[in-house]
Amino acid sequence: MKFLFKILKDFPAYLWSGWGAIASILLFIACWDLGNQIYGNLVLPSPLETFKTLALMLQDDSVLAEINTTLYRAFIGFGISLIFGSLLGLTAGFFATASMMSRPIVTILVGMPPIAWIVLAMIWFGMGDETVIFTVVVASFPIIFVGALQGTRTLDGELKQMAESFNLPWHMKFIDVYFPHIFSYVFPAWVSGLGMAWKIVVMAELLATSDGIGASLAVARSQLDTPTALALVTIMIGSLMFIEYIVLEPIKREVESWRS
Amino acid sequence: MEKLEVLNVNHHFGFTEILNDINFTLNKGEVLSIVGPSGGGKTTLLHLCAGLLDVEEGKIDNSFTTSSFAFQESRLLPWKNVIDNISLGLLANGVKKAEAIKMSQDVALKFGLEEDDFEKFPKDLSGGMKQRVSFARALVVKPSLLFLDEPFSALDIGLKKELQTHLLNEVKENNLTILFITHDLMEAIRLSDKILLLEADPGHIVHTFKYESKQSSRDDKFVYDETAKILSHEQIISTFELELK
Repeated sequence: MKFLFKILKDFPAYLWSGWGAIASILLFIACWDLGNQIYGNLVLPSPLETFKTLALMLQDDSVLAEINTTLYRAFIGFGISLIFGSLLGLTAGFFATASMMSRPIVTILVGMPPIAWIVLAMIWFGMGDETVIFTVVVASFPIIFVGALQGTRTLDGELKQMAESFNLPWHMKFIDVYFPHIFSYVFPAWVSGLGMAWKIVVMAELLATSDGIGASLAVARSQLDTPTALALVTIMIGSLMFIEYIVLEPIKREVESWRS
Repeated sequence: MEKLEVLNVNHHFGFTEILNDINFTLNKGEVLSIVGPSGGGKTTLLHLCAGLLDVEEGKIDNSFTTSSFAFQESRLLPWKNVIDNISLGLLANGVKKAEAIKMSQDVALKFGLEEDDFEKFPKDLSGGMKQRVSFARALVVKPSLLFLDEPFSALDIGLKKELQTHLLNEVKENNLTILFITHDLMEAIRLSDKILLLEADPGHIVHTFKYESKQSSRDDKFVYDETAKILSHEQIISTFELELK
């Protein structure tokens, strides 16, 4: 509770520090507009036109339903990765053999292109939710797994010994000695896993389903509707930036304020 | 009476023999230091006495009711501020949070930390300040026996003397018992009632030096004279391989 309060208290100062980021985004939009003036509306619609399309889309219930579908798939997939990746990673980290054996498997999972997984999933699960969710899980699981594994593998033996010398009871050992260290590895892994999930869900939808943001992108492409395509991309990027900079970053700063 | 008794202790890491037939007794209120060259098994012996390692051969009887440990490095939890680090041992003993914080603040002030430092994380402390916190953490639990693993080795002479004076006060006022390892002979002479000389490969005790005079009466001259005397002792010369110079 005290912790939550501290995050909220520091939030305005954090937002105020965001002017630099806003300036950089505005500069990017200016370059985008320049591109529009050079290449024309069909290739690259102006930012203004894109944002107008976006505003119209956000008032349309069917578009909101598509966004919901995508959100549902991404969060189910990410949720599965989060739970299993963290649990399995933490457990594997405690055993030298398990961490050694899991390394090549992780390399295979990370090295296999997501597009190949989508093809396999389409064969296994057909066209639907399962294919998308499966691809999201396969893509974000190894990231979280490795983060959690590193978290337990790198636990400091000297601090463990210190905890023993003071006879810390098991719950204090976990809360005060192990957890903060593990969390400092797992939390950033969750953030990158989420980013990955959000990207992969659209790609899988584009190829394997008839609904969701990805499918809408496919429709926009076939109709050469560049403003809609760009508006959809804006939704994706906007929501990712919101989650990362407004929700997760303040938590991360607070949690890791002890780091140099 | 509380005492620590070490009987015929041997210890191995794999096939390497680290300690061979160690015997000594530490009585309540005594300061015992173990000196010897680096890599001679001093730390292993201390960890065995403190119960951080399991005794394989021989026996260690520890009847002290409470003990704590100060390490060579401060070993503070990087995610806890100064006060929370100091209160760790108190909370582990079941002291109420508010009381633990109050006691930790008092002891922190006593060890030369300032109120501005209380909320700081270890990353913002100098090496000397970290070691002050580590000492405060070990002493706030009012141990009956204190284990020290070369805790002064990285400190400047001023701070070294200050912390040593703190320890000697604790010995005088609260009858604190200290088991202390070091490779600094002057330090050992200043603080100890008894010095065990540990020779390496494998670690075994080759000589015991005793000092009867009260620590508070030992001035610099005493320490220098005794150091000079001990440095010409043949066991010291062979253990530290001084003749090779």
